[in-house]
Amino acid sequence: MSHCLTSRSIDHVVLERGEIANSWKTERWETLRLLTPNWQSRLPGYTYDGADPDGFRTMPETIAFIESYAVVCRAPVQTETPVTSVRSVEGGYHVMTPHGAWRCRTVVLASGACNIPCVPAVAAAVPPGVMTLTPMDYRHPDQVADGGVLVVGASATGTQLAEELHLSGRPVTLAVGEHIRAPRVYRGRDIKWWMDAAGVMDDRYDEQDDIVRARGLPSLQLAGSVDRRSVDLNRLTALGVRLVGRLAGIRDGWAQFSGSLRNQCELADLKMNRLLDRIDEWATQSGQDDDSDPPHRFAPTLVEHAPPLGLDLGSGEIRTIVWATGYRPDYSWLDVPVLDRKGRIKHDGGVAEASGLYVMGMPFLRRRKSTLIDGAADDARDLAAHLANYLSG
Amino acid sequence: MGITKQPVDNGVNVEALLNARKALGDAPEAAKFKWRAKCEWKQGTYSRSTVEGFYGLGAEQRHKSHFVFDADHPEIFASEDRGATPVEIVLAGLASCLTAGIAAVAQNREIQLRRVTATLEGAMDIQGILGIDSDVRNGFDGIKVSYDIDADATPEEIRAIVAQSQKRSAVYDIITNPTNVTVEVNKA
Repeated sequence: MSHCLTSRSIDHVVLERGEIANSWKTERWETLRLLTPNWQSRLPGYTYDGADPDGFRTMPETIAFIESYAVVCRAPVQTETPVTSVRSVEGGYHVMTPHGAWRCRTVVLASGACNIPCVPAVAAAVPPGVMTLTPMDYRHPDQVADGGVLVVGASATGTQLAEELHLSGRPVTLAVGEHIRAPRVYRGRDIKWWMDAAGVMDDRYDEQDDIVRARGLPSLQLAGSVDRRSVDLNRLTALGVRLVGRLAGIRDGWAQFSGSLRNQCELADLKMNRLLDRIDEWATQSGQDDDSDPPHRFAPTLVEHAPPLGLDLGSGEIRTIVWATGYRPDYSWLDVPVLDRKGRIKHDGGVAEASGLYVMGMPFLRRRKSTLIDGAADDARDLAAHLANYLSG
Repeated sequence: MGITKQPVDNGVNVEALLNARKALGDAPEAAKFKWRAKCEWKQGTYSRSTVEGFYGLGAEQRHKSHFVFDADHPEIFASEDRGATPVEIVLAGLASCLTAGIAAVAQNREIQLRRVTATLEGAMDIQGILGIDSDVRNGFDGIKVSYDIDADATPEEIRAIVAQSQKRSAVYDIITNPTNVTVEVNKA
């Protein structure tokens, strides 16, 4: 956005609560790699030109990438400047920080969708003696007690942590609710290449049957790794991870799992196959069939005949619970009445319901790719155009 | 051979449902419903339940007439078999809920249904209810539902409708997830 504002000669400042790439430096586990290939982080005026376009950036590489972009685009970043309040005033906004206040006509909220880990209310009933942590606190397996781990949530984070913790010798039980299955590689190419090329990532927010649902969908079950493996439930089962249904409650020290595991897996398999159908259709139409491996389908998710419906959390079998149950944005500093009853910003494609207020980086903000680094460019261009029009209006 | 596409009609007013969804999203209080049943003991294991009134859309509502459900136990339980067993009524509730969902989802996806039949089986070890073995639960070990569906759709589309119906089903949720149950006894 700063790049787009600069190219329009719109005077602005970028306030960063910590250092540049702060959340990548302070809120990620050590082995995490970006879920998108190197080539795909296309920022305005800045793309990957290294030797491994199909690789996945490590955290240090991601941090270096963002730091160098800040230099390249000469973003006027003011670091160590947490915003403590944003409120409407005549003709614009008043932005408070520990280093003074700003008056501005417009504000772009680019603080992201993942500020606070969502921990379900049942966490209050976890018996003492079972340690709990969120992915934001998790760095490496040695932080976790020896013994069993219950990972709650089977999207990108939950499946990756389940794999890492299980391979570290801590037997993992994975509670699986709604999830989206996707293979890392399909027909010899990265799934993200297909989704990008077939236009799936460019699906627009104003052309969705149900945008509220589309915005609430969990992340694809993907991992970035050197061997490009798919970390789906079948891989985890083969490693020895035990799958159970969604964590439905904790009563008298017993974790209760939903009996819906089979249907959750069926829904995910069907949804994956619809994506692969769309890719195959596009491949045929666009003449990609000859350059790609033939279409095929993956084995359905294996679910044991009668998955356990309960687990005694007091038996010592489970020493740790990891809440891989998603994140939500933090708007505690936003004193502008633009939140709906669920605490979400009311906006139309990033244009908030308060004049001169914009939001970026939220799920399906304007396009399916809006939360990706690769999605920032198009959204920023669109919103910068709207913002410029607003300023001159 | 000319084929005229008939409009899809499964007898579900999807437009009304979608309108309700929109309206209730904006007025969450009206979405709070209370479903009710009454039950009267007749004799032995025989009882009669009736449903008539319920609460929703911010007001008391009534069915067009009252509906009666007789429940009893079969003769091999030394009863007189004057109605279905309560657990069979649970199966019937699950079947009806999933089937209604299938019709609605199919209508919304513009898929014509011709025939939908469900066969349900709940396995139960009655050592639980008889108190023979405290390790055996009272309820079902598991429920198996199998659908035979004839519709203008591919097998994958039909599976997707059935999966979506489970995802949106109240009774499926009630059975697969725990629910707090409070039973009180009123003073005579």
